Amino acid sequence: MNDQEKVDHTRRNLVVATSVAGGAAAVGAALPFVASMLPSERAKAAGAPVEADIATMQPGELRVFEWRGKPVWVIRRTQEMIDSLKAVVPNLTDPQSKSSQQPGYARNEFRSQKPELMVMEGVCTHLGCSPQLKPADAKSEMGGDWVGGFYCPCHGSKFDYAGRVFRGAPAPTNLAVPAYTIVGVSELVNGEDQEGKRT
Amino acid sequence: MASRLQALWGWFDSRMPTLGEQWRIHASEYYAPKNFNFWYFFGSLALLVLVIQILSGIFLTMNYKPDANLAFGSVEYIMRDVSGGWILRYIHSTGSSAFFVVVYLHMFRAMLYGSYHRPRELVWIFGVLIYLTLMGEAFFGYLLPWGQMSYWGAQVIVNLFGTVPFIGPDLALWIRGDYVVSDATLNRFFALHVIAFPLVLLGLVVAHLLALHDVGSNNPDGVEIKKLKGTDGRPLDGIPFHPYYTVKDLLGSVVFLAIFCAVMFFVPEMGGYFLEHNNFIPADPLKTPQHIAPVWYFTPYYSILRAVPPLFNSQFPGVLAMAIATIILLFLPWLDRSPVKSIRYRGVLYKSWLAAFVVVFVVLGYLGVKPTTVWGQFGFNAFFLDTKEVATWVARLCTVVYFLFFILMPWYTARDKVLPVPERVTA
Repeated sequence: MNDQEKVDHTRRNLVVATSVAGGAAAVGAALPFVASMLPSERAKAAGAPVEADIATMQPGELRVFEWRGKPVWVIRRTQEMIDSLKAVVPNLTDPQSKSSQQPGYARNEFRSQKPELMVMEGVCTHLGCSPQLKPADAKSEMGGDWVGGFYCPCHGSKFDYAGRVFRGAPAPTNLAVPAYTIVGVSELVNGEDQEGKRT
Repeated sequence: MASRLQALWGWFDSRMPTLGEQWRIHASEYYAPKNFNFWYFFGSLALLVLVIQILSGIFLTMNYKPDANLAFGSVEYIMRDVSGGWILRYIHSTGSSAFFVVVYLHMFRAMLYGSYHRPRELVWIFGVLIYLTLMGEAFFGYLLPWGQMSYWGAQVIVNLFGTVPFIGPDLALWIRGDYVVSDATLNRFFALHVIAFPLVLLGLVVAHLLALHDVGSNNPDGVEIKKLKGTDGRPLDGIPFHPYYTVKDLLGSVVFLAIFCAVMFFVPEMGGYFLEHNNFIPADPLKTPQHIAPVWYFTPYYSILRAVPPLFNSQFPGVLAMAIATIILLFLPWLDRSPVKSIRYRGVLYKSWLAAFVVVFVVLGYLGVKPTTVWGQFGFNAFFLDTKEVATWVARLCTVVYFLFFILMPWYTARDKVLPVPERVTA
């Protein structure tokens, strides 16, 4: 019995060293497997700016454009829509858009370069669904004090016409505003602003 | 003839005695309590559904194409042009819901009779891991038809990982393999759904059964039958699993398959609960469907996610609550301090809490398939009301009760007045 309990230290150290080396090799071997699940070069290459023609947009109209696989909204806001932005301020989580994502020129009370032209990503900041336009006359569905905005069907977050989130919703921040340039009066380049900076 | 067969068996037995030995350990000499009731069908039924899913899945794979441009069309091709394709798909889609039905009932049985108590903690833990793996398996599979619900469901669930502080966005990117849910995501979910997770599932099922057969089955009385053995060394209250319970489970399978077939042939979509209407529309990355809800088996957790308001400018608390709601099940064996196992000998405290738990689980599940506006709004204003939706507040209340059931369990189970447990099983 005693013979078996005697430890051959040289052999044990060799076993430990081999195990450690083998473990390190196993971790190294796992790297290419993990790396293969990252976005490929092709996926990274996609994402150039897009141009959108907005010349024929009517007041109150919403158009959806695809940019980097995401919906980007352009809304030509009516005067009532712009007026509603002030009325809803007390009910908002982040009325000044302090913790929300937008370029500097959209960091104002309208969250846009021009008050009547709102550009934002139609992607809920909660878990990425695309909210729906619910105009002021959707009161039966949205409640009596609804002045118009957006509703996310996934988890019930509500946003005003500037994409600012209402309190009590699971979305933590306002809808993101991408970098964009208004060229002339008719078209709009998304994803790139005048400084050529991409979001 | 019989002697020929015996000779053949003898030939195998002398070369591979493991076969007969395993048969004896797990079937003909595995002594199960003689008082199993209706609730004990669901374990073997879960195994049956697993076989159904693997079989139907193999044949679906022969015609399915894991490509964002082809996936939706290939599923419709299976439904319309492949001989018997529609039946394979409905077997598989009905099977996924059936899997959760039997697993939920099987887990509830364990809670009724305290089957997670010492010495069956590992049986329970392997079971919960099976349940979690099954959730992943169902989620990956749901993306494959590449319909609207597939797409937006995956978008939401992957973004759940994106809310984890610090590593979240990179983690979500790694899971998707792209900046949005795309072809890369579909392709890897296919691999995980047909290979990786089924293998894990099978391994866990084996571990679950081996752990169970080592300690022996619990029963509706929560009596350890191994304590009282006859002169032959067999438990007095035990009967061999084969032929007694194999025959009983066979009957259960027949009844189950009758119900399964009725659903599959007459209401395969189950009014939009098994196969959601919006999933018959191809995925559109620019437009979320009007009303979106997960498949019924996820809705209790979905309700919890939706009920928790954002804290510290982050939606992570809701995600965390949802994750904890499932993970907490693992700790049940240690949260429950009751000296008795079965509900039959427990006091009013535990019975009331378990009843409350069942009610809130069902209410949360119901609310999860409905929009948050389903029960209207409160007619009054109060300073604490961040939202006036009645359903959101009910969901919050239910979420609190859900967690209290677990958090207060050490207290109310230890305090409960229990009845004396008999020496032998009853009836």
